[in-house]
Amino acid sequence: MAQHTLSVLVENSPGVLARVAGLFARRGYNIDSLAVGPTENPTVSRMTIVLNLEGHALDQVSAQLFKLVNVIGIQEMKSGESYQRELLFVKVKKSNGNEAKIAEIASRFNGRVIDDGSSTVTIEAVGMPKDLEALLSQLKEFGLRELVQSGVIAIESGDVTLAERTLTETGVASSESHSQTEDYQN
Amino acid sequence: MGEQITGAQSLVKSLELVGVEVMFGIPGGAILPAYDPIFDSKIRHILVRHEQGAGHAATGYAQVTGKVGVCIATSGPGATNLVTPLADAQMDSVPIVAITGQVPGPAIGTDAFQEADIRGVTMPITKHNYLITNPDDIPRAIAEAFYIAGSGRPGPVLVDIAKDALQRMTEFKYPQSVSLLGYKPQTEPDSQSIRDAAALIAQSKKPVFYVGGGVIKANASAELIKLAELVGAPVVTTLMARGAFPDSHAQNLGMPGMHGTVAAVTSLQKADLLITLGARFDDRVTGKLSSFAVNAKVIHADIDPAEIGKNRYADVAIIGDLKESIRALIPAVDAELKKSKPDLETWWRQMNSLRSTYPLGYNEPDDGSVSPQYVIERIGAITGPDAIYVAGVGQHQMWASQFIKYEKPRTWLNSGGLGTMGYAVPAAMGAKVGAPKTPVWAIDGDGCFQMTNQELVTCSLNNIPIKVAIINNESLGMVRQWQSLFYQGRYSNTDLHSKRVPDFAKLAEAMGCVGLRCESKGDVDRIIKEANAINDAPVVVDFNVHRDAMVWPMVAAGTSNDEILIAREMAPDWDSQEL
Ligand SMILES: Cc1ncc(C[n+]2csc(CCOP(=O)(O)OP(=O)(O)O)c2C)c(N)n1
Repeated sequence: MAQHTLSVLVENSPGVLARVAGLFARRGYNIDSLAVGPTENPTVSRMTIVLNLEGHALDQVSAQLFKLVNVIGIQEMKSGESYQRELLFVKVKKSNGNEAKIAEIASRFNGRVIDDGSSTVTIEAVGMPKDLEALLSQLKEFGLRELVQSGVIAIESGDVTLAERTLTETGVASSESHSQTEDYQN
Repeated sequence: MGEQITGAQSLVKSLELVGVEVMFGIPGGAILPAYDPIFDSKIRHILVRHEQGAGHAATGYAQVTGKVGVCIATSGPGATNLVTPLADAQMDSVPIVAITGQVPGPAIGTDAFQEADIRGVTMPITKHNYLITNPDDIPRAIAEAFYIAGSGRPGPVLVDIAKDALQRMTEFKYPQSVSLLGYKPQTEPDSQSIRDAAALIAQSKKPVFYVGGGVIKANASAELIKLAELVGAPVVTTLMARGAFPDSHAQNLGMPGMHGTVAAVTSLQKADLLITLGARFDDRVTGKLSSFAVNAKVIHADIDPAEIGKNRYADVAIIGDLKESIRALIPAVDAELKKSKPDLETWWRQMNSLRSTYPLGYNEPDDGSVSPQYVIERIGAITGPDAIYVAGVGQHQMWASQFIKYEKPRTWLNSGGLGTMGYAVPAAMGAKVGAPKTPVWAIDGDGCFQMTNQELVTCSLNNIPIKVAIINNESLGMVRQWQSLFYQGRYSNTDLHSKRVPDFAKLAEAMGCVGLRCESKGDVDRIIKEANAINDAPVVVDFNVHRDAMVWPMVAAGTSNDEILIAREMAPDWDSQEL
């Protein structure tokens, strides 16, 4: 099994998140993370979904997602061809002057202290999921009081945009076709 | 500003513009505003006795006419009563639109009287659905709903409309056209896939056409006959495709699947190529998937890309409208076959041997009672292939598929995917409304009939003279069969006592129908003819039949198609077959 990241453009209509979530639940697909937000086009939202699946199952997920009337386009974000980032906040337990050490570890992962409380230090970090995992494993020894993660968001490298790919008249993907997962576009 | 009308008027106007001729429904508080303009509309509204009946009637109408069927209900319990027919239509890809009233916009989410989140409830069992709270949105929602229901892979669409949106004033603007960013079904097949498929067909020595309900939906029977005759391969028609290819055609091996013919099931198992047209590798057809057609390559033609590779890998996928896909295949296959035509003689010798050794059949009961298969066979033989046959769910459904000969598409209706007991009477009602000049026989079980027979009142009062054959084996026969086979004959809760109660003939009479009873074999033909002669009222015939008849052949659930049995503990004699 391998992790795959799908970017999904959806119409910004009520119930669309429920439709997508319901589809995953009833077909038995597990989501590792899901992030939703507005796009440059106010009528369109974008979901980034990270899944742990085999190739064949990924084709099915994409095909089933694309069947939803409110789904406009789907594209797999491949590593090497896209940027993928996640934001985390974590409250780390403070004890006998470990703040400096905590801040030093955070900075090694491009993180920073955003709040220094009486019993905890709050860190913010942005990075690839595996870097954030590494950061967390180092912070763990101090004791993690609270952890929040945004879920991964992703964008393709280069000039091409997902909207261009999916909202064109012809509805045909402009780039070379990808090997396993078909990219579904209208 | 243009002319101001109410949302309700806008709804009815939109339904008229989209071409609705008839709808089935029951009013109630939240939908009441819509019923006022319905009173004046040219659209025929048929007042049913249960919303489930409205939903299945819309389905029957749609399956017979190919048009979108319409049902309408109020909020809460009215809407939830539509859940079963919506799920049924979703599973069998039937185009229907359900209109439901919802509590007023400001009350939504407050657990108001008769509030149910029917959009949420039906999300997984509709092709798409809407909740409308602004009257200006009604015409577009209706136009889109009918477009979505009827195009691509057809399916049910629900439009839930808040009561105040029906009451408020709006300027009527019907959309010129419907264009949906996220919904553009591909109808034209890709030419490369057609060439690849043609090449595979021309190489195959053991091809089989695996034909599903999609062929009927695409109105592609004529094209299928052409292609099948060109290739010369055996054809099997699934439960949803009975009638898509004539039973009388020499290439037809019958139905595959759990209760399919030995020849049809074995043809799939032994094939080197499945030419799959509008079918979906359902578990009732494949048996244990890992042992299904292990040596076959697969051509899979369907309008729904999500069906490709869902259950079975496709070597060649043809995505598009089946009529267009088959049309494109004919010249491509013709060209390939002109280069080289494989000899199918050995293949046919094997299939013909199976066909003649293991025809469908049944034993006469030794206690002198009437065999259910005989009754069903006679109804088909006497009424003929121009009539429409609508089955419930259970043994009688399988026998109706096996022993009535279908020659034309849209003459066989049943609930294949969901297996909905109670489907037959209301679906037959809808079918008769869609084809008023055609005789419509519901072949129903005594169990199924007791779920939805109240729609016979609707039939009586609205001059919808359907005929119902109750195949009365006084039990939930299909379940009883499983108890006989897999639960040591421990008949837990399957005895209906329905030769005692209810008195079906009297029940029928009470609902304004003609009620008949048949208890002996010698009366079967006469009573069928008597029923066929009555055209001014619905007829119900209570056929008392043998209770222990079983449906054979059978591939037990979860086992391989290779384990097909032709009778209890009796496998075909494979050693005597050259396969
Ligand atoms: C709504 C519903 N409930 C339960 C079932 C399970 N079930 C399948 S067949 C069957 C028996 C049907 O009995 P009857 O209508 O008498 O038909 P028969 O099998 O005797 O021909 C039952 C209970 C079902 N398919 N649908």
